[in-house]
Amino acid sequence: MQDTNHTARPFSSEGKGVARQVVLPMGKSLEISVRSLRVRFLRSLVTVMSLVLAVAFLAFTLLGHDVAMGLLASGSPTLQSELLKAGFDLAPGRFPGSFEVASSAKDRWIVILSLLVCAVGIVNAQLMAVTERFREIGTMKCLGALDSFVLRLFLLEAGMQGLVGSLAGALLGGVAGVLMGMARFGLPALTYLGFGDVAASMGWSILTGFVLSLVGVSYPALVASRMPPVAAMRAEE
Amino acid sequence: MTTQHSIVRVAGVTKSFDLGKLTVQALKGVDLSIYTGEYLSIMGPSGSGKSTLFNMIGGLDKPTTGKVFIDEVDIAQLDAYELAWLRNRKIGYIFQTFNLIQVMTALENVTLPMTFAGVPEDEATEKGLELLGLVGLRERHAHKPMELSGGQQQRVAIARSLANSPAIVLADEPTGNLDLTTGEEIIALLKHLSEARGVTIISATHDYKMLNVSDRVVWIRDGRIDKVEERAQLKITLGGIGAKEY
Repeated sequence: MQDTNHTARPFSSEGKGVARQVVLPMGKSLEISVRSLRVRFLRSLVTVMSLVLAVAFLAFTLLGHDVAMGLLASGSPTLQSELLKAGFDLAPGRFPGSFEVASSAKDRWIVILSLLVCAVGIVNAQLMAVTERFREIGTMKCLGALDSFVLRLFLLEAGMQGLVGSLAGALLGGVAGVLMGMARFGLPALTYLGFGDVAASMGWSILTGFVLSLVGVSYPALVASRMPPVAAMRAEE
Repeated sequence: MTTQHSIVRVAGVTKSFDLGKLTVQALKGVDLSIYTGEYLSIMGPSGSGKSTLFNMIGGLDKPTTGKVFIDEVDIAQLDAYELAWLRNRKIGYIFQTFNLIQVMTALENVTLPMTFAGVPEDEATEKGLELLGLVGLRERHAHKPMELSGGQQQRVAIARSLANSPAIVLADEPTGNLDLTTGEEIIALLKHLSEARGVTIISATHDYKMLNVSDRVVWIRDGRIDKVEERAQLKITLGGIGAKEY
């Protein structure tokens, strides 16, 4: 290579600009992370499963609440008394004289705990995934990847897992919540169900799951991205 | 070789590792110049500091004291972006364990450094195929590393190391995980590429097959350079006890 002798002086003033041109286009990152997910489908599935369960539980609780609210709002005394018989507590509502269904503190704690357990599970699973991919990460760095590329790949993967898991979980939990309501109160559970409430509950569940997934992966991804490339050289299977 | 332009210069490099209370000095002052286009082998038993020196040259590790210059630029002064750039375009790495990315096909492995370098996809694919052709694996470009033999994987790795036409190719025990014949093929390929493309090849090895093709051999022992041999001197030593020395 003749030109190495004179031209390629990478760090001269002209070279500095070029030096910042190590890139990984978004489309390519997406492609790589989708492929990584597909190849490690089973492992991803396990990670996603814990998220699905936690989000499903959240959605189930929220939808159960929505069903009760719908029945309360129906104004029918029989339904309301059935509601009380089923063990729902009524609390004073936002407007004087109105009531709403109180979500018990215990329920809330159980939901929060399940989400916490899920977050810990995700951190654990992702740390494992990072360890498994030490070589891959180190190799990419030797090929010129920046810390941010690695971080982005992991965040993208977790984001996709989070989205899929949350959607599945919200759907599962939501349907279960409504079915449970119907089992208890019959068809009125469905007819009096407010569409806005359901949408809001589902939305919250999905958002929570998505954020949880990203929060869970942030520490492992940071660990991965800061790994020195020399680790690839000495890594042994 | 006639220009004797030194592409890598190592000046008074020491490196110590802190192992709890114990400090181990892996390199105890090494000076070395590596010239453009030469095929240099770093030989030494394990624990000699060979790998440490090798990592310094590749900009993968920083010396405790002393300086490493690549193309007369002190790599200690580079920031993360410039180091990434250096690894991306200036240096190609070949590993003992091949280190192909398992989820990608042979072609994608070769084009990845070009993607990082911002080469348009069509161009990268074309060059990737050309490089795979160069190592004799053009038809197998759609195979995943798992579907290739060790020797083939190492060929892909060689193609990848040349992706951005680097000035230096660093090969860390490139034949360490290969059988004798395959190892010889890989060595022949490296030698051919170094001659055809004028790439400086630096390999850390204890494979004596490497000696035949090396322009120079640097023997490391106990964190110091034991001796540097030119090719002409080498043949004599090889015939004698040299090969059994370590």
